[in-house]
Amino acid sequence: MKLLKNFLEWIDYRFPATETWKLHLSEYYAPKNFNFWYFFGGLAMLVLGIQIVSGIFLTMSYKPDALFAFASVEFIMRDVQWGWLLRYIHSTGASMFFLVVYLHMFRGMMYGSYRKPRELLWIIGVVIYLALMAEAFMGYLLPWGQMSFWGAQVIVNLFSSVPFVGNDLSILIRGDYVISDATLNRFFALHVAAIPLVLVGIVFVHLVALHAVGSNNPDGIEIKKNKDANGIPLDGIPFFPYMVVKDVVASVAFLIVFCAIVFFAPDMGGYFLEANNFIPANPMQTPAHIAPVWYFTPYYAILRAVPPMFGSQFPGVIAMGVGAVAVVFLPWLDRGAVKSIRYRGPIFKFFLAAFVVSFLGLGYLGMMPVTPTYTLISQVLSVVYFAFFILMPWYSKIDKCKPEPDRVTFK
Amino acid sequence: MKAIKKLWMLVLLMPAMAIANTGVHLDKAPSNLNDKASLQRGAQFFAANCLACHSASYMRYNRLMDIGMSEAEIKAILPEGSKMGSTMQAVMASADAKAAFGVAPPDLSVTARARGTDWVYTYLRSFYTDPTRPSGVNNLVFPGVGMPNIMAGYQGEQVLEVEKHGGAAGHEVQVLKLVSPGAMTPAQFDATVGDLVNFLDFMSEPAKMVRYKLGYIVLGFLFLLLILSYALKKEFWKDVH
Repeated sequence: MKLLKNFLEWIDYRFPATETWKLHLSEYYAPKNFNFWYFFGGLAMLVLGIQIVSGIFLTMSYKPDALFAFASVEFIMRDVQWGWLLRYIHSTGASMFFLVVYLHMFRGMMYGSYRKPRELLWIIGVVIYLALMAEAFMGYLLPWGQMSFWGAQVIVNLFSSVPFVGNDLSILIRGDYVISDATLNRFFALHVAAIPLVLVGIVFVHLVALHAVGSNNPDGIEIKKNKDANGIPLDGIPFFPYMVVKDVVASVAFLIVFCAIVFFAPDMGGYFLEANNFIPANPMQTPAHIAPVWYFTPYYAILRAVPPMFGSQFPGVIAMGVGAVAVVFLPWLDRGAVKSIRYRGPIFKFFLAAFVVSFLGLGYLGMMPVTPTYTLISQVLSVVYFAFFILMPWYSKIDKCKPEPDRVTFK
Repeated sequence: MKAIKKLWMLVLLMPAMAIANTGVHLDKAPSNLNDKASLQRGAQFFAANCLACHSASYMRYNRLMDIGMSEAEIKAILPEGSKMGSTMQAVMASADAKAAFGVAPPDLSVTARARGTDWVYTYLRSFYTDPTRPSGVNNLVFPGVGMPNIMAGYQGEQVLEVEKHGGAAGHEVQVLKLVSPGAMTPAQFDATVGDLVNFLDFMSEPAKMVRYKLGYIVLGFLFLLLILSYALKKEFWKDVH
């Protein structure tokens, strides 16, 4: 024991180990009334770790070459020890990453976690989300199947609709006039090195920002307003051990779902791994139906809902882009007297429910082939989606809120 | 809140919803990856018939041990020059096949995964005589197919007929009629194609049965861990009031 103590002192003299531990874990106070919705931030970090580790091992056997990429993935599936497991962990992880991030973001919308003083925390989170989308999009090209190829083709072509610079921009992204070996190589570089570095960096910044302002909670009130004589929030409990042991339970429960998918349904009926992607990329043969993976389909549906204007797809591309980043404006759109949905009036609840319906509906329609009826429904849902944001300054203000409690609700 | 919870349930269930169909009715393939005898019959049939033109270039011969074939049995179907660890290559060169059939026969390693077993099962049984085609046959599931009906000897010859269902106002249905029998009865032929498709399914993902077996162990361990971690959490949270 004495030896350990001396060792720790030696370290602390040179590096703030104990100080960091206290600041971020044992003396970081989190609201004790966290509920189910507060698991997803931690779970997102867990998935990030899973993706990095499984990704490193996949990189050891994968070949970023248009001639060998597809075969190398099958090589991983068949000849690499535990290769199939690594690949399914990574492919399942991609979808589960989006699932937990969407739930995490929805939590923030329900409890007003984006509002003062957490605006910057929220913006950093949106940047993480955008980086995650880029990471997923580029990773999806790597198996070099038909859906990889044509999905990338459709998305990169969107950039060519940008006025004046579009054509050059899309060539810059592809490194070629079509999706080709050059595209595969640069997407591989970005997917395994550039974007993961950015992701890990901004996740760190996200945590630093969180620990500076402290967590919000389901009641949407600041626990720092009620402190004891020692300056410790009365409704706060140390993150270590209390939140850690709680998050461990959530992580194990999450891993049960995760492993059930990995071992028993890695395709998830074509939603996580598309059947067409088991056909090698063929630039001469366009698949009858091209749809992005489920996590992009809400925005894809918005893109298709906007008709071309002045002979250009660009307005749809703008709508899609704005749709994806719209949440970043929430801190300044929300004029509600309270933060949490618990004390909001019926109008906000109605609009939030409508938003959820539009997001899920668009997500479903984005996977379906285009028909006039589906396009009409997509247009209606796109209007609902944007109305949630555009009308927020108005409806959040006129809503009749209930009074907030002084202390958090617990048990 | 209730409504929101229900909606999230919906998004979690969405993967369970059926995927878009191709328009033609597909028969259900009698797949059973636990039936090693069926898988072996399928492998034998595949090696004897399909590998003449098609390759399965991600599949190694020694992987047939996974379905219970012995080394001697595998050596018996090994083509000349191939070793146990070789991948399955077509006898006919791809370029020659392209010259003969108009298209290069696709590699069959992951076909069952890309097309689905029901599609393959129905496709292989849906050839019919069509004199307008260079090969003399067409396919109900894959119109304008380049592949000749190599199954004709087993199945016999089928023709396409249109039947009217439900009286004069009814709808027309395309049906395949067997006009001259082959070496097998229809039931035998269906069973043979069933074995072949079963093997193609195995070949598309040889680790599948390992995956299932391991899955139960992993989930069992995680459930135990869940109970323990929950007990730990409860113990710690006793102090929180």
